[in-house]
Amino acid sequence: MEENLDPNWVGDGSYEDEIYKENILDHYKNPHNFGNLENYNIKHRKHNPLCGDNIEIYVKLENGKVTAVKFAGNGCAISMAAASMLTDYIKGKVLEDIKKIDDKAVLEMLGIQLGVVRIKCGMLCLNALLQGIREMGARNAAVKN
Amino acid sequence: MEAKQTLNIDKIKKDFAILQSGANGKPLLYLDNGATSLTPDVVLDAMNDYYKNYNANVHRGTYFTSEKATREYEFARKKVAKFINAKTREIIFTKGTTESLNLLAYSLCADLKKGDEVVISQMEHHSNLVPWQQLAKQKGFVVKYIEVTGEGRLDMDSAKKIITNKTKIVSATHVSNVLGTVNDVKCLARLAHDKRALFVIDGAQAAPHLPLDVKDIDCDFYCFSGHKMMGPTGIGVLYGKEELLERMRPFLYGGDMISEVSFNDSSWNELPWKFEAGTPNIAGAIGLGAAVDYLINIGMENIENYEKELLQYALEKLKAIKGVILYGPKEVRDKGGVISFNVNGVHSHDVSAILDREGIAIRGGHLCAMPLVKDILYVNDVCRVSFSFYNTTEDIDELVRAIENVKELFKV
Repeated sequence: MEENLDPNWVGDGSYEDEIYKENILDHYKNPHNFGNLENYNIKHRKHNPLCGDNIEIYVKLENGKVTAVKFAGNGCAISMAAASMLTDYIKGKVLEDIKKIDDKAVLEMLGIQLGVVRIKCGMLCLNALLQGIREMGARNAAVKN
Repeated sequence: MEAKQTLNIDKIKKDFAILQSGANGKPLLYLDNGATSLTPDVVLDAMNDYYKNYNANVHRGTYFTSEKATREYEFARKKVAKFINAKTREIIFTKGTTESLNLLAYSLCADLKKGDEVVISQMEHHSNLVPWQQLAKQKGFVVKYIEVTGEGRLDMDSAKKIITNKTKIVSATHVSNVLGTVNDVKCLARLAHDKRALFVIDGAQAAPHLPLDVKDIDCDFYCFSGHKMMGPTGIGVLYGKEELLERMRPFLYGGDMISEVSFNDSSWNELPWKFEAGTPNIAGAIGLGAAVDYLINIGMENIENYEKELLQYALEKLKAIKGVILYGPKEVRDKGGVISFNVNGVHSHDVSAILDREGIAIRGGHLCAMPLVKDILYVNDVCRVSFSFYNTTEDIDELVRAIENVKELFKV
């Protein structure tokens, strides 16, 4: 999803005023999959310089499938809830499907729309995950060569 | 305590179009003056007047509009000089405090070497930390930090210990953008000068809020920004003692800053133009001049006193909210109108986002002072309210009510 930089943009009509929904607050207060893994194939830390939020994601793969996932870090309700939901979502999924997850999919999990500033909070975990996958791919390619 | 209202705030509010029109369909309750101040119509009019009626480059043309632009640009410099009790030729226009500090770091550190030291404090904004830190890596000198006490003030014993004969430059903020602490800059000036070090002040958070006299402080350099003091963005000031500026090498090279140029060498223009390469921000300087007039008209002492009353009121109200953690000095003594806090269990970004829904603008994050926030306050982020003279005790009541709403929503 491209950043919407239209200065007059106030939402796309489906914009729900309340981003602090019950389920988002629940995930924030009791995040799923919070912590770290000792054995992992992917580990990547992503930092949001805007607000100082940071998330580190750990993924364990077996036969290209996610068998364990954890995240650690700190951030606002949106970034924490997104990480909690995204890590739930990728459990048991194959890498090829995970690579296809985009901003829109995460917004659907959250059930809200986010503006140009808060979208960075919502996508922090996804960006950590995707970048971690890319780096693992690059590492593996280097080993093969 | 009710603020005594030494100022006619209703009248002042009418000076700002944005306070009339509001934002996103709601009246604007602006509490992020530490980031940038609102701009009164007189400043906008002054800049418009330049573009509409005498738009021309300065120091060049021999025609009417260019002469008028030059006169207005230089008159703005004179106003700024008077505002801080400096000589006109000691005022250099830059694009802001950050550029002023970079100019100093590059120019003053050119001859520093291994064994030399630059002393700054743990409460600096990134703009008064990163330039010295990076120049240190290039030149091999060391940056040392004056410690911050538990209550958020500079530890002057630590300052006395680390400012030594090795110290070549001391640079510190006048008012902390995170803690609100007003530092004893006169004492720091003495400590620096006793060791023959230069003393630089980051005055970005001070210039709009208290009367300034650089001669009385006896600092060697003083930096501040137009946009935090009712002026436009993109214009700032570097004050420097004349004899020091004379000796310093230029920072940016180009047009306007030269005296003579040949294929082999160049000589420099006199002060202050030696440090103003290229076409300056003419409208910005004129706008800043109008902002200075506006502030002087209200009176810097009136502003300081009024904002202290607001601060007292806000500290009492915020202290009374359960689950609100305050950072920095908890009393008004030597503190400007800046309060950083957290709502226990709620991230600063969520607090500011929820307040925004009610038209209340506050700041959340690391406030461009990551080392202070992370390593001294031991948190990742804070919320910050910062006042100006158009704020009222009613604004603070609204803020308190909105924070209670945040607690309710998050059930903390």
